[in-house]
Amino acid sequence: MTDLPTDLTRATAADLAGALASKTISSVEVTQAHLDRIAAVDGQVHSYLHVDGEGALAQARAVDARRQSGESLGALAGVPIAVKDVMTTKGLPTTCGSKILEGWIPPYDATVVTKLREAGLPILGKTNMDEFAMGSSTEHSAYGPSHNPWDLDRIPGGSGGGSSSVLASFQAPLATGTDTGGSIRQPAAVTATVGTKPTYGGVSRYGLVALASSLDQAGPCGRTVLDTALLHAVMGGHDPMDSTSIDAPVPPVVEAARAADVRGMRIGVVKELGGEGYQPGVRARFDESVALLEELGAEVVEVSCPNFEYALAAYYLILPSEASSNLAKFDAMRYGLRVLPEGVDAPSAEQVMAATRDAGFGPEVKRRIILGTYALSSGYYDAYYGSAQKVRALIAQDFAAAYARVDVLVSPTAPTTAFKLGDKLEDPMAMYLNDIATIPANLAGVPGMSIPSGLADEDGLPAGIQILAPATKDERLYSVGAALEAALVDRWGGPILDRAPELGGAAAAKGA
Amino acid sequence: MSTVTADAVMDYDEAMTKFDPVMGLEVHVELHTATKMFCGCPTEFGAAPNSQVCPVCLGLPGALPVVNEKAVESAIRIGLALNCEIAQWCRFARKNYFYPDMPKNFQTSQYDEPIAFEGYLDVELEDGSTYRVEIERAHMEEDTGKSLHIGGATGRIHGADHSLVDYNRAGIPLIEIVTKPMVGAGERAPEVAKAYVSALRDLLRALDVSDVKMEQGSMRCDANVSLRPRVGEPTSEEQLAVPLGTRTETKNVNSLRSVERAVRYEISRHAAILDGGGTILQETRHWHEDTGITTSGRVKSDAEDYRYFPEPDLVPVAPTRETVETLRGTLPEPPGLRRKRLQSDWGYSDLEMRDVLNAGAVELIEETVAAGASAAAAKKWWLGEPSRRANAEGQDIVTYAAGLGLTPAHIAELDGLVAAGRLNDSMARQVLDGVLGGEGTPTAVADARGLELVQDDGALEAAVDKVIAANPDVADKIRDGKVAAAGALIGQVMKEMKGQADAGKARELILAKLQ
Ligand SMILES: [Zn+2]
Repeated sequence: MTDLPTDLTRATAADLAGALASKTISSVEVTQAHLDRIAAVDGQVHSYLHVDGEGALAQARAVDARRQSGESLGALAGVPIAVKDVMTTKGLPTTCGSKILEGWIPPYDATVVTKLREAGLPILGKTNMDEFAMGSSTEHSAYGPSHNPWDLDRIPGGSGGGSSSVLASFQAPLATGTDTGGSIRQPAAVTATVGTKPTYGGVSRYGLVALASSLDQAGPCGRTVLDTALLHAVMGGHDPMDSTSIDAPVPPVVEAARAADVRGMRIGVVKELGGEGYQPGVRARFDESVALLEELGAEVVEVSCPNFEYALAAYYLILPSEASSNLAKFDAMRYGLRVLPEGVDAPSAEQVMAATRDAGFGPEVKRRIILGTYALSSGYYDAYYGSAQKVRALIAQDFAAAYARVDVLVSPTAPTTAFKLGDKLEDPMAMYLNDIATIPANLAGVPGMSIPSGLADEDGLPAGIQILAPATKDERLYSVGAALEAALVDRWGGPILDRAPELGGAAAAKGA
Repeated sequence: MSTVTADAVMDYDEAMTKFDPVMGLEVHVELHTATKMFCGCPTEFGAAPNSQVCPVCLGLPGALPVVNEKAVESAIRIGLALNCEIAQWCRFARKNYFYPDMPKNFQTSQYDEPIAFEGYLDVELEDGSTYRVEIERAHMEEDTGKSLHIGGATGRIHGADHSLVDYNRAGIPLIEIVTKPMVGAGERAPEVAKAYVSALRDLLRALDVSDVKMEQGSMRCDANVSLRPRVGEPTSEEQLAVPLGTRTETKNVNSLRSVERAVRYEISRHAAILDGGGTILQETRHWHEDTGITTSGRVKSDAEDYRYFPEPDLVPVAPTRETVETLRGTLPEPPGLRRKRLQSDWGYSDLEMRDVLNAGAVELIEETVAAGASAAAAKKWWLGEPSRRANAEGQDIVTYAAGLGLTPAHIAELDGLVAAGRLNDSMARQVLDGVLGGEGTPTAVADARGLELVQDDGALEAAVDKVIAANPDVADKIRDGKVAAAGALIGQVMKEMKGQADAGKARELILAKLQ
């Protein structure tokens, strides 16, 4: 078996799991190492909204005891994990990056969290995110942005920038994410980590605070394709509490990641994703990756998906529509923030609702609630929500036609590398364009993954390649991802994150 | 109490000479499934506030709904019983509006794809004629929580000092049954409204899908009323061609009597406004049970926009045709047909059947007859003392009898004792009194009280002889053929026998001895 690095936080989850299984190390040691790392660097990166050291260590002790008693445990038992703050955790704060949920302690665990606990993964804490997952940079978090470990002045992607920066700064070997339009894949791309958005319905949404119910999908985040597959297998599977959950076993993702074989696979390069607006360095790394896949035995063809052009517009009608309704429950009546209106003696329930929502929601959330409320209004519904649903059907047709010819599709994950904090905050359209390549998968419900493709020449920052597969064929992402990853790591002479700057010391001054 | 100024109303008969009423009724029925519409919480009525809740029905962040299959089955059965078509594929929709007793601030309901649509219910009126109520749709939705507004004059949210919310009711399955405009009823509109709600209640009870207790809110009625100018007979072509007037919707009319009164009141109120040259405001009205009037509620305007869209958290409901046909096979006999069949089986007159219906004793009599009693005896005993006492207690006969432990088997047993000649009528009344008093079964009461017709002919004959001897004048009259005079002697014989004799037998003996 692989020798573990002296610094346990540099190890992969797979290697930690192996060492834990052979009792070379204990879960308490691994968990403590990560808590120490968090204490050392999170002041600069600001990945976590809440760290639960005591809880994580208690879980670690429990799993160590179970192992000592000879119990047979899951593959990742004892490997600590960070959980995106959009998933409810019993007894742990869950804010979704919003002031309106400040102080709320959920009385129940999301199904994904239950699965993590049952599989014996100690939960280190909750990771930062754009408020209610609306954003591509974490700058819309009410608790301040997270920073990209590659350059602390830059964004770590969003909405799951907390989870991506946790991985890239070695504050956890694994993390959970949710992806409504790219919130797992785009943060992975700009931090040189790995993230998968499974098939819609492949991972339970029960306990995920909903942004857009028909688009939201929880998924695994890791530093390697195999680690991500191992976590995917733990998170996935049917949940009777989620009506939209697929009643079938998790696809064989771990087997696919271990086999890492693309020989004979047909890979389609999406013509519409990668032209104008894509940074040259991102484009160059993508082209090299495609060439590598060909060398590895895959057949590469160009595929056209003409309706992808309308994906962004449709997405920004469907998402705000569903979000405007999903976010109506935050009304100060039963939980979360309650603000009394100023200058009103005996405010009515309605006045308290209005004052609370005004104070508790940030500007991006308000923008989307207003957009969605408008799009669903009588007289506008057909033109907006109705048309968007038609586009959605057309995009699904594009995918179906493409998958009749190829096994998987590929594109750059995001058009650019990480931009500077504050650069796009005042320009929502520029921010939205970050997700142009990732959104079609959400509209069609198909699975997607981002893995690092290298560093862009012009800025030395990470770029990502996106792999897309047909619905329920998630294992194909791992076949392609693992094969390409192995070839790239070989070419780089080691994991790409080894090239990221050291945090601490001089870098600390640049931190938050 | 604030003073509510009553609006001007026109005399009902006068209103009918000038206007033609059109109604639309929306009835909400709470299903009595064991669990709620979208979660596993119990639905029992009367539990401690907020004791039957979970993340789903409290609308906690992250929680998701799962459809209660039983509720869907009930909805389909209701649709079938209302002669509706059942959708092959339909979705839930979100109805978005803010209110503190609605946990998610949207109600999961159905919008343009109801589970059942295009049906009818034939309603029998008091004169025996039938009115067909066209059903537009029956759809599934969830109930809201229940608000209690403390302080303030009206018991409504505006003006209250504070409000309490009980979410036990939130998420209880509801079926909303909506009629098409009910036209052609003319002056009988209020009666038709009441008869429809009553027939619907009977139907839902027979389906065993709801408690249908209007007083507990498990069945609630909203009554829409509009008037149009009267141009001919209510069902005439020219009258039906007149466009509908502006309607008002009177909310929460929660008893059969109130349905009739509220419709009648709104007709008179509309008539006064229209006759005075005014216009009707499209609005919701509150019904006041105590004063019998309605007052203005919310004005319905174009601004009221529920922003319906398909519920993305639920998959479509797509019952197979086999499922629908299987459910059709579980439908009970329609209440109207059943009543006719029972009346004919039992040989009751129309008047007798109406008495039984009014007493709510159909099922009790049916079970009593099944237990061996004659239909005539079953009616006589149930509608007698038990019914009188139930009325005095303000209870329905079924509840009252159940409370006392008086069963159809008891009544059948009592009838059996009379038929077997052990008890006469007056003794049977005493026995029933004992049963109602909790003394035990009819046989046990009769034994304990020593009630038994004397079967010893010697004792009876001795008594007859003694009475004849004591009344020679009467005896002579009978000998002369005045048989009617025997009555006087029978009474004395019964007295001699302390009531424990068979009056018929005494009469036979007297006549035999004197003729
Ligand atoms: Zn519940």
